[in-house]
Amino acid sequence: MKLIAIESSGMTAGVALIEDGVIKGEYNVNHLKTHSQTLLPMLDELKTLTELDMNTLDAIAVSAGPGSFTGLRIGSATAKGLGLALDIPIVEISTLEGLAYNLYGTGKVVCPIMDARRSQVYTAVYGFPDDTAFPQCIKEPCAIDIKELLAFLKNDLKEECAKRGVVFLGDGVPVYRETIDAELGAAFAHSYAKPHMCLQRAASVAALGEMYMLDGKSVNADDHAPAYLRSSQAERVGPGKFEI
Amino acid sequence: MKDLETELMADGKLILGIESSCDETAAAVVRAGREVLSNVIYSQIDLHTVYGGVVPEIASRKHIEKINQVIKKALSDAKVSLHDIDCIAVTYGPGLVGALLVGVAEAKAISLASGIPLVGVHHIEGHICANYLEHPDLEPPFVCLVASGGHSHLVHVKGYGEYEIIARTRDDAAGEAFDKVARAIGLGYPGGPKIDAAAKSGDPDSIVFPLGKVAGSPLDFSFSGLKSAVLNYLNGCRMKGEEINVNNVAASFQKAVVTVLTEHTVGAASQLGAGTVALAGGVASNTALRESIRNECEKKGMRFFVPSPVYCTDNAAMIAAAGYYEFAAGHRSGYDLNAVPGLEIGSRAGLIC
Repeated sequence: MKLIAIESSGMTAGVALIEDGVIKGEYNVNHLKTHSQTLLPMLDELKTLTELDMNTLDAIAVSAGPGSFTGLRIGSATAKGLGLALDIPIVEISTLEGLAYNLYGTGKVVCPIMDARRSQVYTAVYGFPDDTAFPQCIKEPCAIDIKELLAFLKNDLKEECAKRGVVFLGDGVPVYRETIDAELGAAFAHSYAKPHMCLQRAASVAALGEMYMLDGKSVNADDHAPAYLRSSQAERVGPGKFEI
Repeated sequence: MKDLETELMADGKLILGIESSCDETAAAVVRAGREVLSNVIYSQIDLHTVYGGVVPEIASRKHIEKINQVIKKALSDAKVSLHDIDCIAVTYGPGLVGALLVGVAEAKAISLASGIPLVGVHHIEGHICANYLEHPDLEPPFVCLVASGGHSHLVHVKGYGEYEIIARTRDDAAGEAFDKVARAIGLGYPGGPKIDAAAKSGDPDSIVFPLGKVAGSPLDFSFSGLKSAVLNYLNGCRMKGEEINVNNVAASFQKAVVTVLTEHTVGAASQLGAGTVALAGGVASNTALRESIRNECEKKGMRFFVPSPVYCTDNAAMIAAAGYYEFAAGHRSGYDLNAVPGLEIGSRAGLIC
């Protein structure tokens, strides 16, 4: 089983190659250039360095959202183009689940938060009970106010969080760290992921992608589109009120 | 003999064109820049009509949903497979950045996976090259008027892939003026075809609207003054309680636009001593404009070319045609090809050789 993974949902763009449970290469860049300028050159470099014959790939795993609309589309269009040319399927990995998978094995409640602007975060809550290979989803991906998320943790997930503690990660951490500390400080132990695990990583998408592929969870490349979790501003505002 | 062989080989090259700069997802296969083997266009216009114009985010989302199906249909309609394609040509500007990025990322990925060379194409140069698709006898040099919802340019096509801008609009594009006026007189979006149809039942001499002139630049265009004149006229009628004859407004407005476009285009060709004039872009499908420039060219003894309406509006066959001449000249794009929303005509920013 051989997969290429693509992650371009946030500031970091990355590609990874996994073969039978082994990460053969990973390339992540978080710099000023746009994903359009970096993603394919990274894939080309990875292909060269790993001496990859593209025709031996079984699938493309892609971080499928939520995230930057444009970033997601660059990743999706890349995955779709590879899928079309190689006639292989796409494994859609939730960006939030991919992030959470950075911390596989932790006993803590895992809470990825991605800055969604307008004081909202794209978030979900996961856990890793001992015997499950896949992350256990405690709260489905959604776009909500940071305060609403913290209220959920303090009230609905009170016992779980108090017993196990909660760890936050994602590009929402630097934006909302003070708010989180202020709201949760007295309630229960919480921590933040370290730099090497805090942001989206292509290798996590690759590892999850291979498992889902083995589990039969892939889609035809033609049918793949990102899961934005938010409609366009025009659709939210509605015809007549949206200025072209 | 060898030269002839090389030439014949180049002549048979198949180009896959991909276009996603605005609200059409399109792919096409064209042989040697001239012969259209397939031309698939998925138009999103119904999604945007309720908003009175193209919504960039909605356009980008739809491109992602449709692009693989459109490309696959272009290949199957042409009865070829990806292995038969010699070069992938993709629009990388100008246009809506989010929309452009879908086609660019898709094209680059196909190129990397298949090893097929890639070349980035300028959308407007594509519109100009649409003229090659049905006119085997058309060759540069010629003067081309490019008029669409986003562009109004007079271009001197000096050779294949060699463009010089002679004049441009100082404000609104011609097509934009059509859209705005159509909205003001209640005809809706898209304005071009609706005004064209209404004008057929109207009197073009019933209202005198000003011709947009730019002081010191006799060939440049200006359409915002004309648009304001129409809006003022409509306000005046409403204040006086006079009934507005929509067909007459459409016909008179259209006449003003057509007169300016015709005078400037044929005037530029005369100045440059060009014996050939061509039209391109969505506004080139306007029946009054086609007729007016055709008549004027006949009077001046100039040859006149205009694509069929399907090749005037956005399509990928024109991108494949433009791409073929880039490919034949040895130009290629790299995997770092980016969308350039404000790309200038004649720019080769997206090429690595």
